[in-house]
Amino acid sequence: MATEILMPALSPTMEEGTLSKWIKQEGDSVAPGDVIAEIETDKATMEVEAVDEGTLGKILVPAGTEGVKVNAPIAVLLAEGEDESALESAGAQPKKAESRAEDQAGEKATSEKVAGDAKVPTQGMKHPEPKDPVGAFEQEIPEGTEMVSMTVREALREAMAEEMRRDENVFLMGEEVAEYQGAYKISQGLLDEFGARRVVDTPITEHGFAGLGVGAAFAGLRPIVEFMTFNFAMQAIDQIINSAAKTLYMAGGQMGCPIVFRGPNGAAARVAAQHSQDYAAWYSHVPGLKVVQPFTAADAKGLLKSAIRDPNPVIFLENEILYGHSFDVPKLDDWTVPIGKARIHRKGKDVTIVSFGMGMTYAVKAAEELEKEGIDAEVIDLRTIRPMDLDTVIASVKKTNRCVTVEEGFPQSSVGAHIASEIMMHAFDWLDAPVIKVAGKDVPMPYAANLEKLALPSVKEVIDAVKAVTYRG
Amino acid sequence: MAAGKQKKADTASPVNSDAGTAQIVETLQHYEAPPPATFSKDDDFKAYRDMLLIRRFEEKAGQLYGMGFIGGFCHLYIGQEAVVTGMQLALKEGDQVITGYRDHGHMLATGMEARGVMAELTGRRSGYSKGKGGSMHMFSKEKNFYGGHGIVGAQVSLGTGLAFANRYRGNDNLSVTYFGDGAANQGQVYESFNMASLWKLPVIYVIENNRYAMGTSVNRASAETNFAHRGISFKIPGIQVDGMDVRAVKAAADLAAGHCREGKGPIILEMMTYRYRGHSMSDPAKYRTRDEVQQMRSERDPIEQVRRRLMEEHGFAEDELKAVDKEVRDVVQDSADFAQNDAEPDVSELWTDIYADDVPQAAE
Repeated sequence: MATEILMPALSPTMEEGTLSKWIKQEGDSVAPGDVIAEIETDKATMEVEAVDEGTLGKILVPAGTEGVKVNAPIAVLLAEGEDESALESAGAQPKKAESRAEDQAGEKATSEKVAGDAKVPTQGMKHPEPKDPVGAFEQEIPEGTEMVSMTVREALREAMAEEMRRDENVFLMGEEVAEYQGAYKISQGLLDEFGARRVVDTPITEHGFAGLGVGAAFAGLRPIVEFMTFNFAMQAIDQIINSAAKTLYMAGGQMGCPIVFRGPNGAAARVAAQHSQDYAAWYSHVPGLKVVQPFTAADAKGLLKSAIRDPNPVIFLENEILYGHSFDVPKLDDWTVPIGKARIHRKGKDVTIVSFGMGMTYAVKAAEELEKEGIDAEVIDLRTIRPMDLDTVIASVKKTNRCVTVEEGFPQSSVGAHIASEIMMHAFDWLDAPVIKVAGKDVPMPYAANLEKLALPSVKEVIDAVKAVTYRG
Repeated sequence: MAAGKQKKADTASPVNSDAGTAQIVETLQHYEAPPPATFSKDDDFKAYRDMLLIRRFEEKAGQLYGMGFIGGFCHLYIGQEAVVTGMQLALKEGDQVITGYRDHGHMLATGMEARGVMAELTGRRSGYSKGKGGSMHMFSKEKNFYGGHGIVGAQVSLGTGLAFANRYRGNDNLSVTYFGDGAANQGQVYESFNMASLWKLPVIYVIENNRYAMGTSVNRASAETNFAHRGISFKIPGIQVDGMDVRAVKAAADLAAGHCREGKGPIILEMMTYRYRGHSMSDPAKYRTRDEVQQMRSERDPIEQVRRRLMEEHGFAEDELKAVDKEVRDVVQDSADFAQNDAEPDVSELWTDIYADDVPQAAE
């Protein structure tokens, strides 16, 4: 059958071009790959190659023609044994790669989804009563469970050891995790118990070992990749985002990446700008990642165990200062905490303080101080930044009608900024005051002790913010 | 083509001024490029068919791109077919393959279906990634094809991780990690070389040197243009291979696979090859002359070499080869028809496969 040769597009945006030259002439035989013509746009000149074998039967668009539309027939190719009479029957209409109906359906579905999220409460001067004025929250720890005091450091180590005993595919890799016993001693003793095959010292090569870990996860292992600090993970962020987070989607669900990236995050003390940064907001931006930042030892242990079992890449943000803090941890054979659930750390009725990780230290102290002044603050520990348990936050705000967020990260595009926008969307009519973000200052972390203190949030700033939203100046 | 010419002195000469480095080179296991493998009639016939499938598939992809059925970027493999076809002959069940974005040939070589690949190119629901990955991001767990990666060089660390998993499990599988002369200048390549050599990971690094990183020729981008030597600092042996001769590729692949399976660690194969088409569909390829391309096509074409052997040495008749041409053309046309008529992904797919929700219990 005679086939039409169509004007090709050089790029997805090209609509028309000039047919500058015919390399083959009518009557010439052509083979796949032969250059038959040249076309050009304002950007470039390209060769048109034959895809099929045959004889160039008729040139429909002469050389030098400008404004030839993409997909317009430019010549007719005759197959072996055909003569010019076949030209008449070459009526095959060029198919067009269009599916407008479906495109529109797609847009509709997308906008419906957005509209669904964007339902705003009806107007009203007085805020409605919440369904659950007390704010019930479930008890995670079974009653009567024995509690033991341990540091966050010990809790993290126990979590890794328990999961490595449980699953042969789990291994730990990172700088100084094995023979040195961990730069912060989180992996102390693991080499002795599990050996060098499963506790792997890496060279100083973050980009490389992050990628290697992701590849091992593609192959079905369950790596725990320790960054000595998350500041160094900046070297590896391409592998974390482009390879770990996106592959499940890009593979249509065929291949995922069960991996945990963990290590200390945020400001330690006096280590200045390059070693003091909170990455919670950065990673929480990325679909495909889960982001966890625990405060207590019980959460650190239970969440790390859940992270290791999770079939998705989990960013597990620890804090060097919290490593040495002690908390009660339930003495259970298999203590896990679900990813994606906030915990009400302290119940209250006057204001909701939302924080996570190190930020909780300010929030908790502020709540204690405020109690002395007669302000009853509810403190929510998000624990997981992504997926965020906004239900718990919104329910609390509907009860208290006021909210303050606390974090150490930079203020712009911060976790608090996201919470504030969600509260505005979903609890606007319940708010009695604007949401206030208490965050790190919008400056690189200074080294000098006095300046460093100023750059971080403080208990006083949280107290001031709470007083502002409760109008108690 | 430097294949078959490399001598021991080549490896030692650039570094003989430094005693320490020379010592490294001395302890480096050295290989000469092996002579091309002997291909039986059947071997040549299969290689011909496999390479032709890639060639015709890519030509069709180029055509569909021109018609607007394929969007975005589309990097064709035309000219380089002997590399993946020869490499695949040395692999066994369980060996993994991973590459960058010029990946259609690799997928067909690992046995992925033409229909599924083409439908992914057109962004349709029956594509390997349900239409959500496109030309540069396709995977098949079943065929041990681990992508299809769009960030230049990222697949090198990932492929090293696949090899790590093999060593961790104690099996004798290996990972074939493909990248180009352009990617060979990325830092993570050397981070990966270091770990792979340190831990003796079973990985064949196949550097497909097609002479141009997009529009930049190797001499303009690389201080050391002998990519087989890029592993010297890491004690990784390397061989330059005639990547236009499928038999030379097969012989080198066998040698490299043996090296990996014997537990000797990684090895580099630099494939001297050539891409006929532009970097992507919208590349007019002004950085090289038409004569250069034409000379490669007429003198070194990997498919033409085999075709000639089939007729001159194996006694195939023109008609017999025409039958293969037709069969391949039918497969490709079928894939194109399928890919044009298959439906786009259901709109609900926008929101799926972002997170895996199964939390498996402990393996084994």
